[in-house]
Amino acid sequence: MSVMTYAQASAAAVRAEMIRDKTVWALGEDLGRGGVFGQYTGLQAEFGTKRIVDTPISEAAIMGAAVGAAMMGTRPIVEMRFSDFALCAIDELVNQAAKARYMFGGQTRVPLVVREPVGMWRASAAQHSQSLEAWYTHIPGLVVVMPATAADNRGLLAAAIRSDDPVVYMEHKDLWTETGEVPDGDHVVALGKAATRREGKDITLISWSRCVQECCAAATTLATEGIDAEVIDLRTLWPWDREHVLTSVARTGRALIVHEAVQVGGFGAELSAVINEELFTVLKHPVRRLGAPRAPIAYSPPLEAAVKIAAPQVAATVRRMFG
Amino acid sequence: MSGTNINVERVSAQFHLMHRIRAFEECAITALNDGDVPGPLHPSIGQEACAVAIVGSVNRDDILLSTHRGHGHTLVKGASAQAMMCELLGKAGGCCGGKGGSMHIADFDVGMLGANGVVGANLLIAAGAAHALDILGEARIVVNIFGDGAINRGPFLEALNWAQLYNLSVLFVCEDNRFSATTRTADTTAGAGPVARAQALGIPAISADGNDLLALEETAQSLIAQIRGGGGPRLLHAVTYRLTGHTAADPASYRPAAEVAQKWNEDPLARCAELLRGAGVQQRALDDVVTRARLEMEDALAFARAAPYPGIEQAFSDIQDLDWHTDPTLAAGVRA
Repeated sequence: MSVMTYAQASAAAVRAEMIRDKTVWALGEDLGRGGVFGQYTGLQAEFGTKRIVDTPISEAAIMGAAVGAAMMGTRPIVEMRFSDFALCAIDELVNQAAKARYMFGGQTRVPLVVREPVGMWRASAAQHSQSLEAWYTHIPGLVVVMPATAADNRGLLAAAIRSDDPVVYMEHKDLWTETGEVPDGDHVVALGKAATRREGKDITLISWSRCVQECCAAATTLATEGIDAEVIDLRTLWPWDREHVLTSVARTGRALIVHEAVQVGGFGAELSAVINEELFTVLKHPVRRLGAPRAPIAYSPPLEAAVKIAAPQVAATVRRMFG
Repeated sequence: MSGTNINVERVSAQFHLMHRIRAFEECAITALNDGDVPGPLHPSIGQEACAVAIVGSVNRDDILLSTHRGHGHTLVKGASAQAMMCELLGKAGGCCGGKGGSMHIADFDVGMLGANGVVGANLLIAAGAAHALDILGEARIVVNIFGDGAINRGPFLEALNWAQLYNLSVLFVCEDNRFSATTRTADTTAGAGPVARAQALGIPAISADGNDLLALEETAQSLIAQIRGGGGPRLLHAVTYRLTGHTAADPASYRPAAEVAQKWNEDPLARCAELLRGAGVQQRALDDVVTRARLEMEDALAFARAAPYPGIEQAFSDIQDLDWHTDPTLAAGVRA
């Protein structure tokens, strides 16, 4: 085990995969200086400018070139800088990367990873703070991954790079500096598998990315009040670990889904629907969701905080489910 | 161009290839009118010389990316007409298993990485394919054919800048048929066009008559040689004319009949026939070529008509490895 940050863990994953497979390369803006958040630190010095490629501010070209390069047998890691900017490359991701394998009848694969940092961080306002993961879960052909810990950022990113299908890989900007123990050696976390972060018998809190921390903090508070909450970190949103979630909710009888993204049309709605479809008769309380109000994200700190999901709201929502 | 010094054998083969394209599309239009082609069909009638001159100038292992009007390019690259016709009819045995259709026709075995339903999208994918070849240290080149409408999309700028920046081996071909769907491209385009735009980025670029088979071929070969020599990307602007509508269902009544009639006089197939006659080839020999091409494509169509549709399970294959949501029984239930 080594203690490292979430950002360092991702750099370790990229480095290990680039050593392991000569066809792995990364492309994006400002990678040479280590990336906007230092998540590529040292990599260009080690692997050169042909494998850690500094690109123009051409999101469509970054994504589109990666599609072509992936179809030709390389494994590009696409850096989008902010997930918000990936919207400049949505045709390349949704119409091209996600469709090529299918519409060409299985003649090709598109093994790319697109890293899209998400979430509220340092008053970045409406165009640098969004969490749009639900959009991508809607697109057949895409895998969607959102790591919540340093160890997972090491292991899930390695798995994403090895995936033969395109992966939308969303790191949370507020987690870059979070430290954690990361296994040494070839640490790979299987895609599609959730993790239980805290065991409990009264309610299942299902979350991903930054909000896993908020759920764990809420669970600690609730424990002092006699509510024993289980916390599940979904880790992969598509395909999500249905068995893991349903087994837990069948046992606790209560489910609250928590995410930073806007609640309306959020991925929590999908989870809620499936839990209701499968477990209606064993539920002790209607499934609840906690996501952001349907408002753009403001710059001013108190306004940003007004739409940011935090532990006290999670705890308050849980209390109402036991009221 | 004088026909006296031509390589008759080679030009005859090119004449045959152009007629194969023409016959393929005419048969496809027949099938469409009969209700056997379920989706949109974008013919390239009148543009065949571009496919033959340009795609015919690269090797089988070079990479080609085309447009939604890509039947000719795909045939010239070496795809099977039978598999292509099956694809248009949505049949099993289609080159994409019937899952792509005309707009996504592709044959990776001959380096044809796809037509594309999104105008201009393949410029970026082509740049990326060339980028991969560079990373892998391979000497192959990439040809990307796009239409005149694509030069007004952002990817045109982004792809040309990218290819020039990284000195990639791409031949960008603007196959200019004068129409962006059903609007004249000239009416929606500022400035001097694709050559000037490429030159502004430092990319050597040239315009050529897209209906003059041999002159176009000579220009294409010269640019390809420069690319193979490590010179980086080049742009070829091949000016042609779309003799039919945007789709096979489009009567193209937005343009005067006299204009179209005049353009039929510049039909590259007729010009090539003239060339061969000038070199002493008998009309009967030319007629034989036309008949041979026609019969081949009628056979391909008959084969495709008789072919089975893909099994319903194919609707749920080749989506992604890691998945659990696709439930064929649900689809079967909906169908019942």
